[in-house]
Amino acid sequence: MSDRRKPGRGAYLVLAFPLAMLLIFFVAPFAIMIAYSFYRRIQGGFYEPAFDLGSWKRLFEPVFLDRAAFSIGISLLAGAVCIAVAFPFTFFLTRMRRRPHVALLILVLSALSLSEVIVGFAWSVLLGRAAGISNIVVWLGLMDEPRAYQPGFLAVLLGLSYIAFPFCVLTLYPPLSRLDREVTEAAQTLGASPWRTFRTVVVPIMRPTLVAGFLLVFVFTLGSYLIASILGRPQHWTLSVFISDQASFNANVPFAAAMALFLTVLSLVVVGIVMLLESRTRSAT
Amino acid sequence: MGARGGLKLQGLVKRFDAVTAVDGVDLELPPGKLISFLGPSGCGKTTLLRMIAGLERPTEGRILVDDEDITDQPPHIRDMGMVFQSLALFPHLTVAGNIGYAMRIRGVAKDRIRDRVHELLTLVSLEGLADRRISQLSGGQRQRVATARSLALEPRLFLLDEPLSALDANLREQLQVELRLLQQKLGITTIMVTHDQREAMTMSDLVVVMNAGRIEQIGGPLDVYRRPATSFVARFIGTTNLLGGTRGSDGVLRVAGREFAVTGEGVAGDVVISVRPEDAHLLLGDPPERNALPGTVVFVRDLGEMFECYVDCGLGDNVIVAGSPRERVEVQQGQRVAVVFPPESCVVVSGGGRG
Repeated sequence: MSDRRKPGRGAYLVLAFPLAMLLIFFVAPFAIMIAYSFYRRIQGGFYEPAFDLGSWKRLFEPVFLDRAAFSIGISLLAGAVCIAVAFPFTFFLTRMRRRPHVALLILVLSALSLSEVIVGFAWSVLLGRAAGISNIVVWLGLMDEPRAYQPGFLAVLLGLSYIAFPFCVLTLYPPLSRLDREVTEAAQTLGASPWRTFRTVVVPIMRPTLVAGFLLVFVFTLGSYLIASILGRPQHWTLSVFISDQASFNANVPFAAAMALFLTVLSLVVVGIVMLLESRTRSAT
Repeated sequence: MGARGGLKLQGLVKRFDAVTAVDGVDLELPPGKLISFLGPSGCGKTTLLRMIAGLERPTEGRILVDDEDITDQPPHIRDMGMVFQSLALFPHLTVAGNIGYAMRIRGVAKDRIRDRVHELLTLVSLEGLADRRISQLSGGQRQRVATARSLALEPRLFLLDEPLSALDANLREQLQVELRLLQQKLGITTIMVTHDQREAMTMSDLVVVMNAGRIEQIGGPLDVYRRPATSFVARFIGTTNLLGGTRGSDGVLRVAGREFAVTGEGVAGDVVISVRPEDAHLLLGDPPERNALPGTVVFVRDLGEMFECYVDCGLGDNVIVAGSPRERVEVQQGQRVAVVFPPESCVVVSGGGRG
């Protein structure tokens, strides 16, 4: 320890660039947004500097609290759906032979190149009555007539899970491919069936990774507004839809800013609670 | 306990795509002994062990334990304890959690698990470490936890896949003796895979030498050392001198034109003889009529525990002569000497030339 040299002035200069970037592109916009949330709105789409708590008070109207709860609920659900699908998927992916392994990985990652708009409209066609999946089911003779599955709650959940899925796979992939194969084999020689091995060895070892993947999907889908507005009815709109609505159509930037900050705080609280629970269970075992 | 765990392998073959890892292995192993599969990396010894454990499915052949065919059984019902090369301990569990894992899986009562874990910790001299995390243990301690974990349910077979390869040399030697004593105490049939002939000779009742997916020789550790069947075995286990000779129509074997008497059957034609360096000795002056070659000293070293002398006898490779420093013949580099190969230590090996 004692022989570690003190960084010279040059070392601090290296830090200056990223620090400046952080200030300009992250801290400053965030500060501006905080300031805007206290501005006073003037009829006609403008606002003036003020210290007005009006926007913050309006957040506590039942309709917005209800939307906030709905947003958090559906994002938590999307996180659960993604983990439930992506974890086994990625586990078997890392244990595949090289060729199908790489092909499948590329396929999943290529879904990242699709924008939220395209994903939203693609699913709205696929889940629609006119040219949707149900037409195939009817053709197979399993259903009497085509049905529309959107707009609806499940359609929104599906869309959100779809856009977050590749990110979830990317989070789970490195730790799962590092998992020593002999560890799972050891469990099997000790009498654990493959399913038991997965449950008692793979899942506990991977718990921190699973929590990270879950939180990533949660935060990521919380910010999505296009999917909900394309695939959902108004009662399925998330708080993010309302934020974009207030900012672009109602031109109420102070209220949009207040809602955005409110959503940020809520998501931080949820993240904090999940992480607390995770560390509790870890120290309990 | 001693009668359990007799193993029979019948015509085992394992192919991975184009590569044949195990190429027809037939073997019958006695219960209660420690048998090691010894060979260079890639000789198929680990694949063979993994097939016995059920972690690889044989392409052909059967595996029988106590005359029960287990070829198609998945690993978790085979009742075998295995120590892996990486040890494969569970990082999310404590020492007690690791050792008790197999019992928890089978739903053994908690207090019985605790007693058994305590018993096993005593067995491997790790008393008082039950609540440690794996990351807090030294290499030797981890090895012992892995051993205890695999023995928890008194398995029919105890499988060791290079169990000590992660340890440094001193600790390795010490644990070789400990593991062997433990195996003898429990009388459990044990199969160990190793590429270290010293380890195999320290620990085994029976050594199975493997090369290129096939068995080269089976025998007791000293048999394999003193009576190698093939030139591969002779070279892989310890150091040896391989002398190429010819047996003429008169039945006399000659190496470099000089007459040799050997042990082993008399085949006509080209013959390879293996002589261990410590069996050969140096003689000053002219070589005797039989079983000796003249040569020039190339290199001498005295390591304190033994001395070694490299002699160029015109055979291509230098002949190595080793012995106790107390019986050392004083020779200089460049000196003309004779190397004597006593007939009882000249073993005819198969496998042609330098195989």
